[in-house]
Amino acid sequence: MAKSNGASGEKNRLEVLKTYKIYIGGQFPRTESGRYYTPEVAGRPLGNICWSSRKDVRNAVVAARGAQAGWWTRTAYNRGQILYRIAEILEGRRDQFVTELQLQGLTKAAARKQVSQSVDRIIYYAGWCDKYQQVFSSVNPVSASYFNFSVLEPMGVVFVVASEESPLLGLVSLLAPIIAGGNTCIVLASESKPLSSITFGEVLATSDVPGGVVNILTGLRSELVEHFSRHLDINAIAIDSPSEPMLLSIQEFAAENVKRIRHYSVDWKNPDSENPYLIQDFCEVKTTWHPIEQISVSGSGY
Amino acid sequence: MSESQATWDLAPAPESIGHVHWEKSYGLFINGQFQPSSGDQTFGSINPATEERIAEITEATDADVDQAVKAARNAYEKVWSKMAARERGKYIFRIARLLQEKAREFAVIESLDGGKPIRESRDIDIPLAAAHFFYHAGWADKLEYAFPNRKPKSLGVAGQVIPWNFPLLMAAWKIAPALATGNTVVLKPAETTSLTALKLAEIFQQAELPPGVVNIVTGHGSVGAAIVNHNNVNKIAFTGSTRVGKIIQKAIAGSKKRCTLELGGKAANIIFDDATIDQAVEGIINGIYFNQGHVCCAGSRLFVQESVHDEVIHKLKHRMNSLIVGDPLDKNTDIGAINSKDQLQTINQYIELGKQEGADFYQPQCNLPAKGNWCRPTLFTDVAQSNRIVQEEIFGPVLAVQTFRTVDEVINKANNTPYGLSAGVWTDKGSKIFNMTSQLRAGVIWANTYNKFDPASPFGGYKESGFGREGGLHGLAGYLDF
Repeated sequence: MAKSNGASGEKNRLEVLKTYKIYIGGQFPRTESGRYYTPEVAGRPLGNICWSSRKDVRNAVVAARGAQAGWWTRTAYNRGQILYRIAEILEGRRDQFVTELQLQGLTKAAARKQVSQSVDRIIYYAGWCDKYQQVFSSVNPVSASYFNFSVLEPMGVVFVVASEESPLLGLVSLLAPIIAGGNTCIVLASESKPLSSITFGEVLATSDVPGGVVNILTGLRSELVEHFSRHLDINAIAIDSPSEPMLLSIQEFAAENVKRIRHYSVDWKNPDSENPYLIQDFCEVKTTWHPIEQISVSGSGY
Repeated sequence: MSESQATWDLAPAPESIGHVHWEKSYGLFINGQFQPSSGDQTFGSINPATEERIAEITEATDADVDQAVKAARNAYEKVWSKMAARERGKYIFRIARLLQEKAREFAVIESLDGGKPIRESRDIDIPLAAAHFFYHAGWADKLEYAFPNRKPKSLGVAGQVIPWNFPLLMAAWKIAPALATGNTVVLKPAETTSLTALKLAEIFQQAELPPGVVNIVTGHGSVGAAIVNHNNVNKIAFTGSTRVGKIIQKAIAGSKKRCTLELGGKAANIIFDDATIDQAVEGIINGIYFNQGHVCCAGSRLFVQESVHDEVIHKLKHRMNSLIVGDPLDKNTDIGAINSKDQLQTINQYIELGKQEGADFYQPQCNLPAKGNWCRPTLFTDVAQSNRIVQEEIFGPVLAVQTFRTVDEVINKANNTPYGLSAGVWTDKGSKIFNMTSQLRAGVIWANTYNKFDPASPFGGYKESGFGREGGLHGLAGYLDF
């Protein structure tokens, strides 16, 4: 089984292995189904990983929905600080992530680079939390005496099918903009390389991220596609590099409650892959009208 | 003041239909010309106030739709996408101006064909349609400024399917942004209200818009389906029911088509006890009885704070008694004809359902013309959150009233719907307005006003009311790739 850290060189000491669990509502339960699967890299098993069920998806949605209003009504400054805190904690645990990424098949150099880029990406979006609204909002010059403005609001609960091949950077690259915009989410981790996703849950759990804002499941995509796509309390789905048949079935099922579907096939190592339009992709535009009283002869206008 | 006291008897004040011209029959507008269908089906356009057949409209076939898409593709590749953006914008300015020049003619035809009061078609539909073209024209050569650090590119051919409640306005709402962003169009108007879209095609000819840039194919739902399913269409823009919107979303799954959907609604209109009640009552009336209630964002669920419930309902009934239902061409008419026999039947079924569900029913006893499709303004009080007349979109002049005590309660009730298109809030307290407007899950919020529209103002829904925005800077994104 996988070694969860590289510090077990002592003689006559049995290494303590790590149990990888899922992350729902700030807790680390095992799947309610009791099932597990054992992904292998180069013939070596990574561990007994939770094979999440439909019920786990439903529990995670309840947690995400419950956390959404509270997360969005925090100040943008506070959300930015919490994202920054995630980056701080991730930086502090880089050795563990480098080890796990190596176990999942990366070279040491590539693993280090992926961790560094992941930390930097979170900081990039931490900085956007209190800025994207100014970039994307507008005051609209309507042709009557009204104050009319449009702002962004989160879509709500987003289901994320994270990158299969880039288990840390890919996950972070979608997760960060989604929560920066005030959404809460459920992430289905890389099926074949789940270790760093679960460990990332431990980073979140110790970073002042309120329970339920991010929930992380492991399991089989083919089994869960229909369940999350049809779930009536999920507002949007983000999918990293879907196969054509998978995208088709997600889009078909998603019509049941007019979910917003976003899919990305980009190389997350590319610096252009980070931008605030990813935050906007998971926001609604809300437009508000209010009359402007006109008493004085000079009037007023925007 | 008695509730049933009627206001004055007004002498008829009909708008003249002199100097208003429309053809007795119309072909399909493809590649800049009106042409017959490859099939031989036509259908009548009915004046819902008189039940007269006022024009013959052509039912497009799949082959006609294919021809229209080809014309649009050809115009896109050879002309429209190659033209300097500023010149593209100038065509759209021209269209706006020509529409303003012919505004009265369009208003009369809109009221004849669709049944809406001339006051609304004259003061709202037609001027707003022209404003949509004028507003978007100026964007054509300024798109880079709307999307910092990105390079906007047009999509290609946009297939657009629009409803019968604001026929010309919806056409303008769809065509103007598509053209400004460099796309070409195949548009299908609703089968009961094709005339002003076809008149608009005449304006395109007069404006010398290059052939094929906009094509208009008329007919029933199958024509819309042919557009949606056509392989050579890059973008679908649909306004209509949530039921059809879901069918479209499913139909284009797995394709690369872009899509914006503007679907149904069941908007909450919320009256607090500190609102200016007389203004709020006007807002309730405008919210639900504007355009016979055929409005996706109609304020069809009224929430009144308990302490002012009796006063609001009393004043509301009084105001309902002064509404004039009848001839759409009469300048005093408040509520015109229901758009079609089918829709009238749907509305009447919901009214019966409301009574069966045990709600208190009220209608003023105004006179109705002998012929035509009419529905008196209708009020249901004492309704429950679970009643179907509270949950389902009726698309007619039917208001369901509930009460509330606290802010939290009304936010929960207002958001307890799969829809999220619009909402209204009435209170004199600014901080309460912002609390409400930020917590209501809807794309458009009217505070101390209702049913206001503007080309500069993004419009569109949350949840099952659809996705994407139309109008304003934000509306441009739906017609662009980056």
